[in-house]
Amino acid sequence: MGLILTPEEKEMLEGKHGKATQKAMEIITTLGEIYGAKRLIPVASVQIAGVSYHNLGEAGLEYLSEIAEDGRVRVLTTLNPAGMDMLEWKKHGISEDFAVNQERVVDAFERMGVITTCTCTPYLIGNLPHYGEHIAWAESSAVCFANSVIGALTNREGGPSALATALTGKTAEYGFHLDENRVAQVKYDVQAELKDTDDFGLLGHVIGTRTGKTIPYITGVEKASTEELKSFCASVATYGGVAIFHMEGITPNKTPIPDKTEVVTQDDLHAARVDLDDEEVKIDFISVGCPHASIKEIAEIAVMLDGKKVADGKTVWITTAKPTKDLAIKMGYYDIIENAGAFLVADACCAVAPLKGKFTGLMTDSAKACFYARGKNKFKTEIRTIEQCIKEAIS
Amino acid sequence: MQGRKIFKGKVTGEALVTGDDISFYGGCDPETGEIVEKGHHLEGKSVSGKVLVFPSGKGSTVGSYVLYALKKAEKAPLAIVNKIMDPVVAVGCIISEIPAVDQIDIGKIQNGQKIEVDADNGVVTLIEG
Repeated sequence: MGLILTPEEKEMLEGKHGKATQKAMEIITTLGEIYGAKRLIPVASVQIAGVSYHNLGEAGLEYLSEIAEDGRVRVLTTLNPAGMDMLEWKKHGISEDFAVNQERVVDAFERMGVITTCTCTPYLIGNLPHYGEHIAWAESSAVCFANSVIGALTNREGGPSALATALTGKTAEYGFHLDENRVAQVKYDVQAELKDTDDFGLLGHVIGTRTGKTIPYITGVEKASTEELKSFCASVATYGGVAIFHMEGITPNKTPIPDKTEVVTQDDLHAARVDLDDEEVKIDFISVGCPHASIKEIAEIAVMLDGKKVADGKTVWITTAKPTKDLAIKMGYYDIIENAGAFLVADACCAVAPLKGKFTGLMTDSAKACFYARGKNKFKTEIRTIEQCIKEAIS
Repeated sequence: MQGRKIFKGKVTGEALVTGDDISFYGGCDPETGEIVEKGHHLEGKSVSGKVLVFPSGKGSTVGSYVLYALKKAEKAPLAIVNKIMDPVVAVGCIISEIPAVDQIDIGKIQNGQKIEVDADNGVVTLIEG
């Protein structure tokens, strides 16, 4: 075997640091051997996926409970969204049974020392690596954001492998941890107008669908806000499996510019919108916050909803991280949003909550949310700007 | 046949062979071990107690937990033999302690054949033809 371990890593593998750590080290070293890694490297932080009881099931929960017996995280570790708001689940129509099981999942993580706030945007709430730092993150949109926008280095981890890194502090050095695997392969010249988060989601749809796992170098995007980049990351990772992209003048990684060039036109963006807009949709569910809404987005939504009322027969979920919700409460945005009859939902999102059968038509600004709404929940979808989504809610 | 150890163990059993990749999450019932993916070559067959021989894994990382669920329900495969091990299946075998070997020319294994998997040494032996 080509993988060389330090004395401490060997001790972990031999079980001298407990059962959970041993199992975790078996996972890390096996993955390292499969991918031809020569050594393990320390990581600065971990983001764990596989948190919603809806996806984990009883077996997943049992595994986590077993690990929690003697497993303790060695680095900063945060969690992906759960299937519900951990405090206000009842008023969102989540069942008692589901809530009990979801709490057991989060409790297991808490026993391991995980920071149990559940969000797909850990970089907005204190799990923020810097350029060049090695991390091990699951959650495809956050992986894409960390690699591309921040310039940290991570593979697309799965739930169990991310947890294994949390328990050992180590990951195997392969894939996107190596500079040679982060080089741009195809240039995409964007000749289209990008105005809002939904446009960036559509751009992610177009480039993701075309590029698959080939690394894009994107030109022609003059400016992009953090919110627009998070929308793009979620979409390009969902529709293409992209773990890293380069955007000229916006992202920090250095790369040679590929010769092969493709053009993205206004028509391409329009075709993506047509693809995500189902016919004969009756909108009864409006959701913003995939990935989780920033405090800036929540502030803007509060202005739009101030003094208004959500129409009968419509449900509105603005999904965000718990610390952001707390900030929204302090700033009075929560009261404005909730007084209008919309919900500011923490910890969860419309993709992982048990919502199947509760609604028929979703309007959202997120291309990623459309994908999961259709696939998992069998909702019809329409993609619009946040402003249009809120207008739809109160009309 | 010499392959590569993924997870340790030595067992002998009947081979269940397919040329289709397997997604355990959504593709295999975690309670019964039955393959439920529509149109899959093994649709309707159970992986329980078999030496499961297939090219590679596919699909969601939650698939690792499905193998764990099968083990807890005593419906897990006896061992797994792959052409190319996919990380989801590898992690599933480790957490569920299912012997597993890859880099095997699986085309040489017949369905229903009795085979020995010596994962410790990465060796798969055909016992009867």
